[in-house]
Amino acid sequence: MALLELPLKNKQKKDVPAEDALTGTTGTRFSRHLILCLVGLVMLYPLLWLVSSSFKPSNDIFRQLGLWPENWDFSNYEQGWTALNQPFHVYLINSLIVVVFSIVGNIFSCALAAYAFARMEFTGRKLFFALMLGTLMLPGHVLLVPQYIIFSQLGWLDTYLPLIVPNFMATNAFFIFLMVQFMKALPKELDDAAQIDGCGPFRTFLRVILPLCVPAMATTAIFTFISTWNEFFGPLLYIQNQDLYTVPLALRAFMDSEGQSMWGPMFAMSVVSIAPIIGFFIAGQKYLINGIATTGLK
Amino acid sequence: MSVLTKQASGAAANLAAPGGKPSRARGKRTNQRSGYLFLLPWFIGMLFTIIPFFASLYLAFTDYNLFTEPNFVGLANFQAMFEDPRLLQSLKVTFIYTFVSVPISLAVALLIALVLNRGLQGLAIYRSVYYLPSLLGGSVAIVMLWRYIFGNDGIVNGFLGLLGIEGPAWVTDPEFALSTLIVLNVWTFGSPMVIFLAGLRQVPAMYYEAASIDGASRWRQFRSITLPLISPIIFFNLIMQLIGSFQTFTQGYVMSGGTGGPADSTLFYNLYLYQKGFTEFEMGYASAMAWLLLMIIAIFTAINFIASKFWVFYDN
Repeated sequence: MALLELPLKNKQKKDVPAEDALTGTTGTRFSRHLILCLVGLVMLYPLLWLVSSSFKPSNDIFRQLGLWPENWDFSNYEQGWTALNQPFHVYLINSLIVVVFSIVGNIFSCALAAYAFARMEFTGRKLFFALMLGTLMLPGHVLLVPQYIIFSQLGWLDTYLPLIVPNFMATNAFFIFLMVQFMKALPKELDDAAQIDGCGPFRTFLRVILPLCVPAMATTAIFTFISTWNEFFGPLLYIQNQDLYTVPLALRAFMDSEGQSMWGPMFAMSVVSIAPIIGFFIAGQKYLINGIATTGLK
Repeated sequence: MSVLTKQASGAAANLAAPGGKPSRARGKRTNQRSGYLFLLPWFIGMLFTIIPFFASLYLAFTDYNLFTEPNFVGLANFQAMFEDPRLLQSLKVTFIYTFVSVPISLAVALLIALVLNRGLQGLAIYRSVYYLPSLLGGSVAIVMLWRYIFGNDGIVNGFLGLLGIEGPAWVTDPEFALSTLIVLNVWTFGSPMVIFLAGLRQVPAMYYEAASIDGASRWRQFRSITLPLISPIIFFNLIMQLIGSFQTFTQGYVMSGGTGGPADSTLFYNLYLYQKGFTEFEMGYASAMAWLLLMIIAIFTAINFIASKFWVFYDN
């Protein structure tokens, strides 16, 4: 448990580098930038190549290392959009449904639990908190078979309920932990003042604490978005009906219908599938980086 | 933490009842009740964790197959596991993957974090560029892309061709298939890097000033100041990366089209568990596999905690 408490308390300094900043000659600084740029380029190259290939005719894609398409071809997107059982926007909407409910569920249930852990006093709080941290390290597949049986007996197979409902029950300990860390940093006088003004615990939570936790909730929302959008195993297990496929399952269906002519459309839909992640990353990277730095988790 | 909440909750009770004990007790009790109320969703969630946890332990000792009632078979599943060549193969794949890719990605993450920590301009941009792949590494789109990048006519062999090297058939050759996924895992070094960066920020600059006045070299400073002070962060990253990497699934599934091939060379443990439990419906066996992995992860985590006494340095 100490392990999880330890990294990076709240004494983070602003962007002041610890070591001898900005010393070094212009030469060494230049070479550092050069190396970092090269590494960055190597890392981004696969992504750039993916985007560029999605605009190339399928025959041009392979053995072409350059990033600028010689023959621009937008038909990959048209073809890819209609290549499967349903037009691709159906899968995008399916994924969106799961994502939106997961975000709402996570924020709602984890904030409630975090408030109790961080700012309330009741018997067994420490024990429950330790239990919560324990589930953080519990590999999910240990629960897999019984959960599958439960969901199938409830008649939830081929619905999104197995993917959504657990999020409303604060099963994601990572987000509880993140919000606990955040709420503990808020001054305790806030609760006192609210109580003097006649707020009960729920109103204190809703009116005073929650509005101050917007950054933590944003972090939760973005992380939930990215992990749910990428989630492959859950849908693979619970969704058989092709009309209900989420985006990752739809992409896998491209692989099954493999053939050289499908490469272009497959790359095009791959770009469509990762574009929202990159969009959210650019919009919310402040919250992501802070979130990962304060909790030390993915 | 407990002090903070105790004070917060105690204050109201004190205010409400300057002298009277009964109402103080009442104040406590309301807080007590609403504490559980706030935790209600979590309690329900815990039921859905604890019951399956023990249910799967029970199923591990049965021959459950989803369609007929489970029969108790004692240790038969565990005995069968040690004679199952595919299970041993899946352990081997998972171990190689973990013990090669985790040290490499942590080393790269630390190295890049050290360079970035030198107060370069454009830190935020570099950090974003390096971090982005770790958000995408587990997505089906990227694993599929990897399959084509390392394909026979993919760009990796294209570049090797420019150097006059005939590249192997990475994806279809059992000797090389796993290495493409190791590369993919190293590609996602960004998330431990961000944690390292945050840790490096907290090393007080005066330590370095004092050391350089004493004439300590860069390397010496790194070994005697940086490394001990961020050792808890290294330890944390190591544990989390190990646990995550033991549970790899999507990469193996997508790379091999669900088979774990070629020749079971990408048959990750969880992929085999999925095949056993959900395509062959040997759910008793799959539960036993899940518990074996749980024990393996617990043992490695315990070893790490014990070993950490010798190399992790806690400042306070």
